[in-house]
Amino acid sequence: MTARLVFLGRLEDIAGAAELAVAPGPLEKVLAALDPALAVELLGERVRMALNGALLGGNEAVVLAPGDELAFLPPVSGG
Amino acid sequence: MAPITSDVRLLGEGFSPTDQLATFNAAHPEAGGIVSFLGQVRSEGGAQAVEALELRHYAAMTLPGMEALAAATKARWVLDGLLIIHRYGVMHPGDPIVLVAAAARHRRDAFAAADFAMDHLKSQSWFWKREKTAAGWRWIEPRADDHRDLARW
Repeated sequence: MTARLVFLGRLEDIAGAAELAVAPGPLEKVLAALDPALAVELLGERVRMALNGALLGGNEAVVLAPGDELAFLPPVSGG
Repeated sequence: MAPITSDVRLLGEGFSPTDQLATFNAAHPEAGGIVSFLGQVRSEGGAQAVEALELRHYAAMTLPGMEALAAATKARWVLDGLLIIHRYGVMHPGDPIVLVAAAARHRRDAFAAADFAMDHLKSQSWFWKREKTAAGWRWIEPRADDHRDLARW
């Protein structure tokens, strides 16, 4: 079973897809397997991450388990 | 005292602010005052004119975040009712984007609650916005003003 990356906002355009199935494992390994241009954007300092709908603080070591959904959230603008 | 009701909705299709407000007003006869805010897609001329606007959301977080915002708003002011409706998807000039209404016994609570909810929807809710002009689609980054507005609270 795979894990899933979700790209929000402009990151979806850069990734060319809203979601991507990836092999579970440590985040750095997951990112290393991506297009480097995309990985750089995902690691941008203004991009936040949420694991299974819960916002991460930014300092945790993220290890994706099968079925996990990791979302990359660029700065928001609503209303 | 009856429990405070709140109605929080994330909509993928257009809505009628007039109808929604009429329903909300009728549901809160006990409120002495109702303050509402409607945000709509700006209609303007010129090369910078917005032809379309798209808001994207994240199902796992956007509506839960709006519900948490409603709870925080109700906890902070004495309200009889709170309505928050926010669109996602592609919209065109004149289309409603967001409607917030706060019903309260006293007007200051209603004004403040609607203001607070809007400032947070604008800059702290999980929405991503892009606009289409003659030059094509462009993602909109939050403005410094939006963050200043948030600092008021």
